[in-house]
Amino acid sequence: MSVDTRTVKKIASLARIAITEEDAARLAPELGNILHWIEQLGEVDTAGVEPMTAVIPNTLRLRDDVIDADPLTGGGIRDKLMTNAPQAEHGFFTVPKVIE
Amino acid sequence: MTDLTDLGIAAIRDGVRAGDFSAREVATAFNARVAGAKTLNAFLVETPEHALAAADEADRARAAGEAPKPLAGVPIGMKDLFCTNGVATTAASEILAGFVPPYESTVSQNLWDAGAGMLGKLNMDQFAMGSSNETSAFGNVISPWRRKDGGNAPLAPGGSSGGSSAAVAARLCPGATGTDTGGSIRQPAAFTGISGIKPTYGRCSRWGTIAFASSLDQAGPMARDVRDCAIMLEAMAGFDAKDATSLQLDVPRWEARLSSDLKGKRVGIPKEYRVDGMPAEIETLWQQGVDWLRDAGAEIVEVSLPHTRYALPAYYIIAPAEASSNLARYDGVRYGLRDLPEGAGLQDMYAATRADGFGAEVKRRIMIGTYVLSAGFYDAYYTQAQKVRTLIARDFEQAWERCDVLLTPTAPSAAFALGEKSADPIAMYLNDVFTVPSSLAGLPAMSVPGGLDGAGLPLGLQIIGKPLDEQGVLNAGLAIEERAGFAARPEGWW
Amino acid sequence: MSDYRIQGDTGEWEVVIGLEVHAQVTSNAKLFSGSATAFGAEPNTQVSLVDAAMPGMLPVPNRECIRQAVRTGMAIDAQINRWSRFDRKNYFYADLPQGYQISQLYHPLVGEGHLDVSPDDKNPEAVKRIGIERIHVEQDAGKLMHDQHPTRSYVDLNRSGVALMEIVSRPDMRSPAEAGAYLTKLRSILRYVGSCDGNMDQGSMRADVNVSVRKPGEPLGTRTETKNVNSVRFVMQAIEHEAKRQVALLEEGGTIVQETRLFNPDTGQTRSMRSKEDAHDYRYFPDPDLLPLELDEAFVAECRASLPELPDAKRQRYEAAGVSAYQAGVLTAEVESARWFDALLAAGAPGAQAANWVSSELFGALNRLGKGIEESPVSPSAAAELLALVADGTLSGSLAKQVFEVMLETGEAPAAIVEARGLKQTSDTGAIDVVIADVIAKNPNQLAQYRGGKEALFGFFVGQTMKAMGGKANPGVVNERLKAMLAG
Ligand SMILES: [Mg+2]
Ligand SMILES: [Zn+2]
Repeated sequence: MSVDTRTVKKIASLARIAITEEDAARLAPELGNILHWIEQLGEVDTAGVEPMTAVIPNTLRLRDDVIDADPLTGGGIRDKLMTNAPQAEHGFFTVPKVIE
Repeated sequence: MTDLTDLGIAAIRDGVRAGDFSAREVATAFNARVAGAKTLNAFLVETPEHALAAADEADRARAAGEAPKPLAGVPIGMKDLFCTNGVATTAASEILAGFVPPYESTVSQNLWDAGAGMLGKLNMDQFAMGSSNETSAFGNVISPWRRKDGGNAPLAPGGSSGGSSAAVAARLCPGATGTDTGGSIRQPAAFTGISGIKPTYGRCSRWGTIAFASSLDQAGPMARDVRDCAIMLEAMAGFDAKDATSLQLDVPRWEARLSSDLKGKRVGIPKEYRVDGMPAEIETLWQQGVDWLRDAGAEIVEVSLPHTRYALPAYYIIAPAEASSNLARYDGVRYGLRDLPEGAGLQDMYAATRADGFGAEVKRRIMIGTYVLSAGFYDAYYTQAQKVRTLIARDFEQAWERCDVLLTPTAPSAAFALGEKSADPIAMYLNDVFTVPSSLAGLPAMSVPGGLDGAGLPLGLQIIGKPLDEQGVLNAGLAIEERAGFAARPEGWW
Repeated sequence: MSDYRIQGDTGEWEVVIGLEVHAQVTSNAKLFSGSATAFGAEPNTQVSLVDAAMPGMLPVPNRECIRQAVRTGMAIDAQINRWSRFDRKNYFYADLPQGYQISQLYHPLVGEGHLDVSPDDKNPEAVKRIGIERIHVEQDAGKLMHDQHPTRSYVDLNRSGVALMEIVSRPDMRSPAEAGAYLTKLRSILRYVGSCDGNMDQGSMRADVNVSVRKPGEPLGTRTETKNVNSVRFVMQAIEHEAKRQVALLEEGGTIVQETRLFNPDTGQTRSMRSKEDAHDYRYFPDPDLLPLELDEAFVAECRASLPELPDAKRQRYEAAGVSAYQAGVLTAEVESARWFDALLAAGAPGAQAANWVSSELFGALNRLGKGIEESPVSPSAAAELLALVADGTLSGSLAKQVFEVMLETGEAPAAIVEARGLKQTSDTGAIDVVIADVIAKNPNQLAQYRGGKEALFGFFVGQTMKAMGGKANPGVVNERLKAMLAG
C-alpha cells in the first residue's frame, strides 16, 4: 500500500491530530511501509475462519440494575470528577462554543 | 547485616515476619536506593512516604500479633500505567500531564490490600507503546546493564515496562508491576536479567489501568526470581466485577505449589521460532534450555505453530486499531493537557491538544489504527487480522495436544543501545516476534533469565502455557532458574 | 395504501419515510455504570468515573437494560438474537467523553420485527404493517448547552451512558399520518412493556426522520436525516416540510444532498446541521472491553413470561366483550386507560356498558378536572359498583350522573351516597300509579289531545311524572305504566 500525503491528512483529521505539511510528507512513506508490511496477512487463507471474539472462552457478565452499588462505578462524585478538568464552571465542563 | 536491597520479595516477606528486620528498615533502604538512582530515570514519581506508611502498618500489625498479610513489609514499584489515587499518573505521556487520579486501579489496590507499599511510579514507553522505553515523554530509562566492551553505551531496558525492568535489575525495588500487551513484561525482563510473567488474559483486572489495546493488555509482576513472581501475581490477580473480561475464578496458590520436578510433563519446541538471522548465542541458549528441562524430567517434543510469522502483522493491526479508539478520550476536555490555539473551535482544540500531547510513536499507532478501521479497509485489515488471530490460537490449541508448555527464546536479541533502532519502526516491532503470538492467544507466558551473551548482557527464555496454567509456566521457569544459576547483576555505576 | 402525494409543478411525488427512534430504556442505573438515570438532576451529579471516560475505566452492561430491550423486541414480534455484541462507533464530540459510543452495528440484540398501525382515525380497521429492521442497545451522549456563556459551551454528562434502544424502521411509511401513527403506536407499546416511559418532552423518546421523495414507481431518491425530533406532531411537520423542500429543490433542477438536518419547532422547518457537515467515517469495530452477549434460555423465557397483554390483543378482547371497535381503540391507546378499564372489567362491569360510561362520563369528568386517568378520584371498583346500581335498576341514568358527581367530589362509595341522599330509583308500580293518576288529573287538555292522536305528548307526561317523582322513578316502569293509564 502506498500512502499519499492526502490520505495521511485525511487519517490525521479523522484521528483529530493536527499535522503540518512536513509531518504529512514524512509520515506518508513511513505509514506506507508499515501498511505494506502488514499486508502480508492477505496471504493467509481464512476462508471459513471466524474472526476472534473472545481471547479466553468466557461469557459476558451482566450487572444488577442498582444505583451507586460500587462507589467506583457510581455517580454523585462531581467534585472528584472535575478536579482534573482544564476548565470548568458552575458544575459543567466547558469547551469552546460549538455551533450546531 | 546484609544490604536489605539485595533481598527479593520472599526474603523480605519472611525476614519481616521473623523479625529479622523491620518493614520500616526495608522501606527506608529502598527509598534511599531509589533516590540515589536518578541517572537511570526509572521513576517518574517517587513516593517514599507511601512505602513508609505501608511499612509502619506492617510493623504495627506484627507487633500487635495480627496475622501477616501476604506482602506485608514489601515495597514495590508501580508502572505508571496504573492509576494511583492521589499520585500523578501519566502513562509517560504529556497528554496526561498533571493528571492525578481520584481512584485506585484494581491491581494496585489489590497489592496495597496485600500489605505492599509503593516506592514510586515507574517510567515506561508512552501508553505502553514501545520496546525500548524510548517513547516516554519524560526521557529514556537507561538500563543498569552495560556491555563489557568498555564502551558504556547506554542500553535500552526493553519496553514498554522498561522502568520496571531497570528498577528491579538495579535493586531499586524487589518487584514491580508491569503490563504486557505484546511482550512488554517479558522482553524487558529478558533484557535486564530478571523474571516476569504475563498471566492468562482476564486473570488481572484491567480496571484503572490505562488502556493500550483492551483485548491484549494484561498486568503481571516483574521480580528477581520465579518465586517472587508467583507471590506477587497471587496478590495482583483476582476476579473484578468492574472488568467485564475478568475471569471469575479463584486465584490459585501458585507459590505453595511451585515445583521444578517436570516428570511426566512434555515441553514443546515450536520449529517456527527458529527465525532467520537469530544470533547464534540465542540459538545456543535455547538448546541449553531444552537440556535443562529434559534434566528436570520433562519430555521434549517438536511442535508446529504454522501461523507464527503472521502474528506480528496481525498484532500491528489489532493493537493500533484498539488503541486508536481507546486513546480518543484524551481530548483536553475532562483532564490532562488542553491546547486551545487562539480562536480555535472544539475540533481544532482536539487536534491541537492531541498533536501536542501524544508522542510520535503513539501518533503513528493511532494513525495506523485509524487507517485500518476506516471505511473500505475494515474487512481487509481488521477482520482478516482477527481471523488470523483465530488461526494463531488454534495453532496453540493443537500444540497442547502434544505438550504442556512451550519453550522459546524471549527476544530475538539481547538489549540494544538506546537510539539503535528508534529510526526504524518495523525493526523495533520485530523485538516482539516471540512474545506476540501468545499475547494474541491470551496465554500465560513468562521470561526467565538463562545466561549472558558474549557482551555480558542477559538473555531470556520464554515459557508459554495453556490457558489458566500459570502453575505449569512457573514450574518450568523454576526448573530453568535452578539449572541456569543466573547470578549476574549489573555493576552499580549510576 | 396511502395516497398521500405532494403536488409539484411536474406532477405528483411520493414520500418515503423511515424512522430511527431512540427510546431511553427504563432503568435505575446507566447501561454500563452504576450512576443514576433520573431526569432533571444537577449537572454532572449523575456521572461516574466510567461515564466521564476517565483513564482505565471499563464498561459492564446492566442486565435490566438488556432485558427491557429483549422484551421490547418480543412485543414487536421480532427475532431475538441469542448472540449479539457491542461495537464502538468512533467520533469526536464534546458530549461523547469516550470518543466513541458503545452501540451495536454488526450483531444487534433484536432483529426483524413489525408494527401494525391504523393511520386513519375514521377507519380504525384499515391497518398497515410497518417493518422494523432491528433494535440495538447503545449509550446516550451527554448534553451541551450553548447559551450559558458568550464563548463557551457547557458540558453536562448526566445523560452520558444512559441506555437507549434504537428502533430502526424500514422505509415503509408514505405519509406524515402513517409516520405519526407508527410513532404513536410504538410509544404506546413501549409504555405497555414498561421499557421506556415515552416521555417525549424530557427526551426519553426522539426520532431521527429519514425522508426522500420520488415519482410514484421510480427508485428511491436520496434521503436526508432530520435528527432528534421530539414529538409526534413535530415528526409529521418535519416530514411535510422536508418532503416539500425536496420536491421544490428537485423541480428546480437541484439535487438532494444526503445530510443531517435539524428541525426547528418554532418555524416547523428543517435546516442543514453545520456541526455534522463532514461525512463521518465512524470506524465501527467490536468493543474489545466487552465479550459477546449471549442470552440463555432462562433469561429469554423470563422476558417472555413477563410481557404484559399488548394493545392489539387487548383491543380484540374488548371487542369480544362487546366494546365497539372505536372505543376499544381509544381505551387501549394508552396503557393507563387500558389498565383502568381492565380493573373495571375485573370488578365485574359488563364490557359495552363500561366502555360507554368510561368514554363519556369518566373521560368527560377527567377532562373537566384536567386529570389523567391514573389520578382519577374514582377508582375502578367504585365505578363498577356505580354501574351495577344502574344495571340492577337502583339508579337511572340521570341519578347515576348525580351520584358520580358526588363520588368525584367526596370519594364516597356510590351505595352510601344513594342511601344518604335518598337517590334510589323507585320501581314501585303502586307509588308510580298514584303519581301518574295525579298528573293525568291535572292535565285534562293534554290528555284529550293525546287520546285524539297527538302521540308526541307522551313525552310531556313522562317529563311531568319524573319531575313529580324527583327523578327517582324507574323510567322503564314509568313508560310502561303511562302507556297503560293514558290508554284509559
Ligand atoms: Mg440515526
Ligand atoms: Zn443511535
